[in-house]
Amino acid sequence: MRKLTGAMLATLLTTSAVMADPVDDTLTINGETDIVVRTAAPEHLDGALKEVMSGWLFREDDTRIMQTDDFDNPGMIFVELAEDNWNMAEGSNGKSCADCHGASSDMSEVRPTYPKWNASAGEVRTLEMQINNCRTNQMGAEEWGYTSGDMVNMTALLASVSRGKPMNVAIDGPAQSVWEQGKEMYYTRYGQLDLSCSNCHEDNYGNMIRADHLSQGQTNGFPVYRLKNTKLNAAHDRFKGCIRDTRAETFAPGSAEFVALELYVASRGNGLGVEGPAIRN
Amino acid sequence: MADNVKPRVKVPKSAAVGDTIVLKTLISHQMESGQRKDGDGNAIPRSIINRFTCEFNGAMVVDVKMEPAISTNPYFEFEAMVPEAGEFKFTWYDDDGSVYEELQSIAIA
Repeated sequence: MRKLTGAMLATLLTTSAVMADPVDDTLTINGETDIVVRTAAPEHLDGALKEVMSGWLFREDDTRIMQTDDFDNPGMIFVELAEDNWNMAEGSNGKSCADCHGASSDMSEVRPTYPKWNASAGEVRTLEMQINNCRTNQMGAEEWGYTSGDMVNMTALLASVSRGKPMNVAIDGPAQSVWEQGKEMYYTRYGQLDLSCSNCHEDNYGNMIRADHLSQGQTNGFPVYRLKNTKLNAAHDRFKGCIRDTRAETFAPGSAEFVALELYVASRGNGLGVEGPAIRN
Repeated sequence: MADNVKPRVKVPKSAAVGDTIVLKTLISHQMESGQRKDGDGNAIPRSIINRFTCEFNGAMVVDVKMEPAISTNPYFEFEAMVPEAGEFKFTWYDDDGSVYEELQSIAIA
C-alpha cells in the first residue's frame, strides 16, 4: 500500500510538472514566418534568467494553434481596420500615414525598436506616443486615446508587419536612466499583496497562480488578442491589470512610469520575435 | 448598411479530384440582435446576416439560416468534396438587403 501511494504520488508530481512547464514547440505563422519564441537571455539579465520565452509557449494547444494562421487569428480583423486608417487622410493637413511612410508593410523595422529614445523631443517614446505625435504634428489631427480602439489597432498593424523580426530595444545612451527607472519598478513590490513583477514573472514563470499559467511577462506579442475579453489589449492595459491584481492603485496607461516599465520589460525580451497581434487567454 | 462589413474566405488553391477540403469563412459584422436597448431605453433595431450559402459550380454546398443569437463576426468552417476544377461562390445576406459575395477558384492538382 505504501509503495502504491508512493508511485501514485510520483505520477501526480510528474503530471503536474509537465502541465506547468512551458511547452517545447516552435511557432510558424501562415506556414512561412518563423518566430523566435525561445532564445538566450540578453546580457543585462545575467543572473536573473538564462533563457527568455514568449508567452505563446505558456498557453494551451488550441490557443497556440489559433495563432499559427492569420485567418484563425481574430486579432487580424483589427489589423485590417487599421490598414484602412493607415491609408485614410485625416486632419487639417489632409495627410494619411501612407503619404509620408508609404505602405504599412514597409514599416517592419519600427515595432522591434520601440520604446525608443527620441532625440528631438528628449524623451523615450512608445509606439503610441509616436503615433499621436504624427497625428498632431504631421497630420493636424486629433490625438487618439492611449489605449483606444483606433490606437491599439494601429499598433497591431505595425506589429503584424514586423512579425518574425527580433525585439531590439536600445537601453544604453540617453535611454539608460529611463530603463533604470523601469528596472527599479520591476523589482518593487506593490499593493496589499506585496508583489513585484519579478515575483511572478521571474521567480515563478511556468508555475500556476490559481488557474493561470504564469509566463515570463514578455511584451513581444503585444498588442494581444485576449480570449477572455475578445479584443486587442495594449501592453499598458496589461500592466494596469497586473498592478491592480496586487491590490495597488495603478499608474495610468501612457504615464511616465508605464513608459519606463515598458522599455525595461521590452528589453528583457530582446531577441524574441515580434508576434503581435498574439493570442492569449 | 451595416458598418465595416467585410467577407473573408480561405480555400486551398488546388486539390486532387475527390479530395475533401476544409473551407473557412468569416464576415465582419456587428450582428445586432434586436434585443438590446440604447442609453435612452429605445430598442436597437435588429441587424444581422440572416443567411449564408456556399455554392460550387452552381451546386449548393451549404445553405445556412442564421438567427439573432449568433455572435459578432460569424465564422463558418466546413468541408466539401471537390469533383472537378471550378469556383466556390460564398454569399451572405444582410437584414438590410445587402448581399456580399466572394468568389474563389480551385484548380485540380
